[in-house]
Amino acid sequence: MDAILLQILNGLDKGGAYALIALGLTLVFGTLGVVNFAHGALFMLGAFCAVSVNQFIGLEQVRLDPDNLTPWGTPVEIREPYIVSWLGDTGHLLLDYSVPVSILAAIPVMILIGFIMERGLIQFFYKRPHAEQILVTFGLAIVLQEIIKTWFGANPLPQSPPDAMRTAADIGVLVGFDPGQIVYPYWRLIYFLFSALVIGGVFAFLQLTTFGMVVRAGMADRETVGLLGIDIEKRFTLVFGLAAVVAGLAGVMYTPILPPDYHMGMDFLVLSFVVVVVGGMGSLPGAVAAGFLLGILQSFASMTEVKSILPGIDQIIIYLVAVVILLVRPRGLMGRKGVMEG
Amino acid sequence: MVDFLTPSRRGVLKGGAAVGAGLAMPTIFSSQAWSAEYLNKPTGDTVTFGFNVPQTGAYADEGADELRAYQLAVKHLNGEGDGGMLNTMKPLVLSGNGVLGKKVSFVTGDTQTKSDAARASAKRMIEKDGALMITGGSSSGVAIAVQSLCQEAGVIFMAGLTHSNDTTGKDKRRNGFRHFFNAYMSGAALAPVLKSNYGADRKAYHLTADYTWGWTQEESIKNSTEALGWETVNAVRTPLGAGDFSQYITPVLNSGADVLILNHYGKDMVNSLTQAVQFGLRDKQVNGKDFAIVVPLYSRLMAQGAGENVKGIFGSTNWHWSLQDEGSKAFVKSFGAEYGFPPSQAAHTCYVQALLYADACERAGTFMPCGVVDALEDHEFDGMGNGPTLYRGADHQCFKKVLVVKGNENPSSQFDLLEVVQEVPAEQVTYDPAIFGGELGECNNGA
Repeated sequence: MDAILLQILNGLDKGGAYALIALGLTLVFGTLGVVNFAHGALFMLGAFCAVSVNQFIGLEQVRLDPDNLTPWGTPVEIREPYIVSWLGDTGHLLLDYSVPVSILAAIPVMILIGFIMERGLIQFFYKRPHAEQILVTFGLAIVLQEIIKTWFGANPLPQSPPDAMRTAADIGVLVGFDPGQIVYPYWRLIYFLFSALVIGGVFAFLQLTTFGMVVRAGMADRETVGLLGIDIEKRFTLVFGLAAVVAGLAGVMYTPILPPDYHMGMDFLVLSFVVVVVGGMGSLPGAVAAGFLLGILQSFASMTEVKSILPGIDQIIIYLVAVVILLVRPRGLMGRKGVMEG
Repeated sequence: MVDFLTPSRRGVLKGGAAVGAGLAMPTIFSSQAWSAEYLNKPTGDTVTFGFNVPQTGAYADEGADELRAYQLAVKHLNGEGDGGMLNTMKPLVLSGNGVLGKKVSFVTGDTQTKSDAARASAKRMIEKDGALMITGGSSSGVAIAVQSLCQEAGVIFMAGLTHSNDTTGKDKRRNGFRHFFNAYMSGAALAPVLKSNYGADRKAYHLTADYTWGWTQEESIKNSTEALGWETVNAVRTPLGAGDFSQYITPVLNSGADVLILNHYGKDMVNSLTQAVQFGLRDKQVNGKDFAIVVPLYSRLMAQGAGENVKGIFGSTNWHWSLQDEGSKAFVKSFGAEYGFPPSQAAHTCYVQALLYADACERAGTFMPCGVVDALEDHEFDGMGNGPTLYRGADHQCFKKVLVVKGNENPSSQFDLLEVVQEVPAEQVTYDPAIFGGELGECNNGA
């Protein structure tokens, strides 16, 4: 029982990342009709916002200690972050909380990146076939990851969660298990709560605001909304920015779980597309539900008991489920009729 | 009597065949194979080495450091810089004016830590750039694939960082040589230290990278720890580059195991160790004992990536920059002055391999691969950082001291991450070459 609960928790944090990326993908597809293969790159760029903020906050002043020499004969370098020498304990606190602090920087940066991406390139492909959209956005993703590789290098750059959240919470005792039986890292629990909050926020925005109402109307019938004199194009550009922010925030918060490297967007992109297809192209609740479902299934497939019966199942489970769902229900779990059909 | 003026049909066919064969002869014999005694025989005043290292992918850190070390080795071989280990290597016939009177030049390739990419870049360096020797690599899968290619092509392969028993075991080749230690040696060196620190009654859970190196390390560590009395609770294979290991770590929590052995390297090790610590394994008590994590193959670069999570965790390593023998000091001084930080174990083994190859050519008086093989087999040397060392002729494996290290609890600098716990003598890690099978086969000159 404890093993099952732990794998459900694993699935929830992984599913949270899948759901956030798939949510943005679906928003862009539903509003703009664009299959955006550069969406994974937005997740990666968000993660590198966290890296950049950490490097900026952690800028160090270097003093040379002439009394102490390295084995190669140069004075030993004594390094101290400027922020610590300027702000003392507050500086330490800022360094410790650099990942959450990065969220503040990532929101405007991702809006800007989304705006540039949409106005600078993607808007010219709205009326082009999906195959061309895929090619151009995939090319864009490769360009973005090569830029990151040139700037930050090819190696992963580990980011730490705040000290207070580095270990695990004994959550089993809350539901009647023995102490130590179900422990789970604080940061992963936070990631799940964070993804639930962002997903809830996006749904609330779309359901409870006039802007959201127009966007939903536009997703359902773009032409009619246009005939009412509403500039739906402008709103859709903002939706692209919103999708970029969601993917970027997912990336920022994921950095303590998986040290970011230039390729992480591609690693998540394929899985997220499968999530979108399983959930139903254009369905926001479908994307979220499929994200968590596939995350949990992937975790269960990694259990030794399962792998002893079906070796290698952990590597293919997501694709297997996608095949089965598409065979049984070609529109996906919650797909709308007519989307990507015919 | 044969009438040459009125040829028969049979005669025309015979003659045609003879002329055809005659025309083909120059093509066959003018091929590179016959134009020299061996493939890529240097004809100018330079000799080309091929440095095949991972410049991208999971082991790019090691690759970058390997390349730095090779460039330093080339400088020293050509008589530039302070000479590094050329000042301490014994015996030594190199004199710092290149090799056999030729300046050393080099070409590089990116293995991408993928066997097919590594073979393609090695092939390009041999066929297009005329490389006489290929060296490098940070993965056993890659090393085995490139070693086999070099054997077929007829050039020498001086392996870089490869730790699988198979490289000089079942997949050994006459043209291939490994200076780095292997998984068997890690187990043999580490086991007594684990016993003295954790006792003989332990239950171990292995997470293992699912490729040749992971398999042989798991097997070697299991054999060594089970010989101590430890029980292996489970051994789970994880895909290379899995990234998130949470689904593999959670089953450890309630498995009854009190030791987690991470048969991971590079980025995988950084991720799995970090995540294991996040899951509270290091603070856990199981079976009345403190839970322990062991990383059988360590490197400073990995320790740097994993940060504070390595503190107190045991492992083994081929070499460490803090060693105080003359060879290590000379190399660290040279490398540090050039790049501003100490070399990794990957850099050390690659630097040593480049020097050993050059020295073997000089001793053999030729670059011909079979001559170099003869010079390296059963060659004994010292002054290169691991004490007296033997390049065993039976399997082309070096036998030397192995280091047992521990994540430093109180590092004095950003590089002081590992503490050398014990220098295990070569005798303790030496084994019968027959236990891993395989055949060296014949050496190949490529001609």
